[in-house]
Amino acid sequence: MAIATQDNAASVGRIGRTFVYLVLLLFALFYLIPFAIMLINSVKPLGEITGGNMIALPQDWTIAPWLSAWSTAQIGVEPTGLKPYFWNSIRMVVPAVVICTIIGALNGYILTKWRFRGDTIVFGLMLFSCFIPFQIVLIPMARVLGILGISGTSAGLVLVHVVYGIGFATLYYRNYYAAFPTELVRAAQIDGAGFFQIFYRILLPSSGPITVVCVIWLFTNIWNDFLFGASFASGDAAPMTVALNNLVNSSTGVREYNVHFAGAILAALPTLLVYIVAGRFFVRGLMAGSVKG
Amino acid sequence: MNRANSVDIRTRLQEFLPKLVLAPSFALVLLFVYGFILFTIYLSFTDSRMLPSYGWEGWENYSKLFRIREWDTAITNLAIFASLYIVICTVIGLMLAIFLDQKIRGEGLLRPIFLYPMALSFIVTGTAWKWFLDPGIGIENTMHLWGWESFEFGWIKDRDMAIYTIVIAAVWQSSGFVMAMFLAGLRGIDNEILKAAQMDGATNFQLYRRIIIPLLRPAFLSAFVILSHLAIKSYDLVIALTGGGPGNATAVPATFMYSYTFTRNQMGIGAASAVIMLMTIAAIMVPYLYAELREKK
Amino acid sequence: MRITKMTGAVAVLMASTTMAQAQGVEVLHWWTSGGEAAALNVLKGDLEAQGIGWTDMPVAGGGGSDAMTVLRARVTAGDPPTAVQMLGFAIQDWAAEGALADLNDLAAEQSWDDVVPEALQAFSKYDGSWVSAPVNVHSTNWVWANSAIMAELELEQPSSWDEFVAAMEAAQAAGYVALAHGGQAWQDATVFDSIAMGVGGPEFYQAAFVELDADALGGEQMVEAFERMATLRGFVDDNFSGRDWNLASAMVANGEALFQIMGDWAKGEFVNAGQTAGEEFQCFRVPGSEGTVTFNSDQFAMFNVTDETAMASQLTMASAVMSPEFQVAFNTVKGSVPARTDISDAEFDACGQLGMAQLAEAASSGGLFGSMAHGHANPPAVQNAMYDVITAHFNGEYDAETAAAEMVTAVELAQ
Repeated sequence: MAIATQDNAASVGRIGRTFVYLVLLLFALFYLIPFAIMLINSVKPLGEITGGNMIALPQDWTIAPWLSAWSTAQIGVEPTGLKPYFWNSIRMVVPAVVICTIIGALNGYILTKWRFRGDTIVFGLMLFSCFIPFQIVLIPMARVLGILGISGTSAGLVLVHVVYGIGFATLYYRNYYAAFPTELVRAAQIDGAGFFQIFYRILLPSSGPITVVCVIWLFTNIWNDFLFGASFASGDAAPMTVALNNLVNSSTGVREYNVHFAGAILAALPTLLVYIVAGRFFVRGLMAGSVKG
Repeated sequence: MNRANSVDIRTRLQEFLPKLVLAPSFALVLLFVYGFILFTIYLSFTDSRMLPSYGWEGWENYSKLFRIREWDTAITNLAIFASLYIVICTVIGLMLAIFLDQKIRGEGLLRPIFLYPMALSFIVTGTAWKWFLDPGIGIENTMHLWGWESFEFGWIKDRDMAIYTIVIAAVWQSSGFVMAMFLAGLRGIDNEILKAAQMDGATNFQLYRRIIIPLLRPAFLSAFVILSHLAIKSYDLVIALTGGGPGNATAVPATFMYSYTFTRNQMGIGAASAVIMLMTIAAIMVPYLYAELREKK
Repeated sequence: MRITKMTGAVAVLMASTTMAQAQGVEVLHWWTSGGEAAALNVLKGDLEAQGIGWTDMPVAGGGGSDAMTVLRARVTAGDPPTAVQMLGFAIQDWAAEGALADLNDLAAEQSWDDVVPEALQAFSKYDGSWVSAPVNVHSTNWVWANSAIMAELELEQPSSWDEFVAAMEAAQAAGYVALAHGGQAWQDATVFDSIAMGVGGPEFYQAAFVELDADALGGEQMVEAFERMATLRGFVDDNFSGRDWNLASAMVANGEALFQIMGDWAKGEFVNAGQTAGEEFQCFRVPGSEGTVTFNSDQFAMFNVTDETAMASQLTMASAVMSPEFQVAFNTVKGSVPARTDISDAEFDACGQLGMAQLAEAASSGGLFGSMAHGHANPPAVQNAMYDVITAHFNGEYDAETAAAEMVTAVELAQ
């Protein structure tokens, strides 16, 4: 009887529910702690921080660190703040994510609906490529970019991110399309639809959810990358993480922790926003496919 | 005649097209991943120091590598870290997903809270964690101020325990993501099956153990792939949290490799360590992927 | 050799892309904190006044190691920056790869040979040619002390190891942290550096850290140095591990701790806290190491550029770096002392003046040594191998004798 009123068949009793809420809230607290520390210290004057109490609430509230991190903090010789680098990151992330997603979608489509001898091996090789430690590709990659004449440019950086994003993008789309009824594809084929037509008309319209997942994943990874950004696009084209690192990791200078934390939150805003806004679709996207291995 | 011919070409093109579309990205992966792996393997047999150099040295770098104490530490640490991290993330992720799936009020608020750590880079979050775990200024100090004098949590300063603080921070970062994957899996399960089982008198526990968890198998695969990938590449995390210390107690292969290749100018040894690492990953991942991918046919 | 040719060939190949920078200089550095960058801005302004543009390429992190990684990527790509901030042996390594420019004409014209101490020239010159322009000299064997605690406990500046230990005992007894220290490998090594100099003096330092003589590395004096480290270990607080150096400085500035052993960049933290050298805080050499100065020196290594305008810009920059005005402007901010010994100390504070006088004195008496802890005594592989042992010992993994023995093995493996 209880079943009829519950959408979800598996449910627990009253005491159980209290326990469930308690655990969920405890974990929410656990997840929020580091962010809270960052936030609290970003509105504190530096003296209070180095004075020793890093967890207490500020005695004097100030937003100066935020203003400084955004527009006047020292990143290089010019006190520019993080502002200009923000756009560098956007300029790099957007094309990389778009290109990589398109490639991933096409690859997933081919590997599930146009299967051929050895397709599993091709997929396996692409999947394993996710595991390559980026440190080892640095030097040969620099060489290749040099030969191509795109070292130190955004184009070069986009290429690098596309190459190392293909593995995961393909993984997501392949798993998603695997669950897509192949009969529809065959029927369209019999009706004379071509390779791209089937993709545009039949698969693409229902790819929304997995695209959200793939875009979130790629966006976060590429936005947060430091190693490639520093090595292949430093100087005026440097992305946000390189600037943030310059702000935070100065070696023998005075460390303004409050500005560092404000900067860190600023640098993370786009990814945070993506997670919060698209979070709902994210679970839906994962649900629709990628977990159906 | 003419028409038949063009149809023929068209069909053949259709057959050929998928491979043609796949080819460029596959070629990129072959060159930029496998080509570079071969290059690294080659470097591991050379006398490369600051830049790649091509004097053949045979197994010299490998024999040196295994005489370096820090390498042992790094390998042991990775084994401890990766297994704990994967297991704990999976357990917490699964638990939170099951709990969140109980028609929870405020799910829309809780979910992004669980998920957001994945969005942050460790360049600075590491500092927040470092402070929190630091006995002098973090949780231990706060507990003392609140009157719990005997509270002790000094793991990050303890050679034997520091690696576990890295596990904590890493779990913090990715368990929410794993939760999302399991939650998606749970939401994808057909309620009819569950209702039928419940009619048959299955308890909740049995329901989860016998039906739901086995149905989540694909989610386990995805979680495993993503978590092991993150575990092996953990670099920022260790650098930000402990810098490999106290002493070298929390060195992992990724920090070892970076340090030998770029800081110590011993690129040959760095490459050798990368090769060992890749071999280890291959030894674990290849059979697993093989089994998982094969089964589907 | 092959590499050299290869790099050269690539450089020629890439000459077309470097054309864009012909009118200016591209500078890779890791001076990104407020004061440092402000100091560097002096140089930038100076060059811009002469019509030379400045392309800034800051990469902070890991005491310059991230910047060095980026540099490798740039050189491998065939597109090196014009000038790169560099330390010690890295300059020699790049020079050996044939990647650095020849500054001899300029150096001769401005007689750098006469004004730069010889110990520094050992890094700035390769095969007799100037390849880099030194900016500063940081000396690393300083003790920073809280004056108020010293007055309260009626302490004098200690002049021997025993007095130093006695002072720390007094502080500990009075409830202060005797030695503020951050347990990071490089900080452990910075302390060890000065202690080893104090135990064995210049000859031992030279034999162990520069010549890497196994007898010195595993000998009695090394054991003694490690024993003193163990003594110091008893004076740090429980919470030292992983602490950033500037937080340790803050402990001295706040009156929580009596001493800190750290290089002269620590002064910036005190000054930033509104304190004055010789008043709220004071500085003296690590007992036993008086009369010697262990240093590290930031330099601008000049990379090969092919274009003539670019070369001219590069030379102008080198000349601007060596100008007394820049050396004063930069070093007063940075806490270090100028790389030239012929500069007036009027603009410097008490610790700066003391540092300049002692540098000149040590340079003339042969007591000026490149610091092991900061990569100026031996190549990075050896330096980091020593770090491993020092930090393992400081964290209680070895006793003094095992540590000395490990020192020999580790150095052998690293060579």
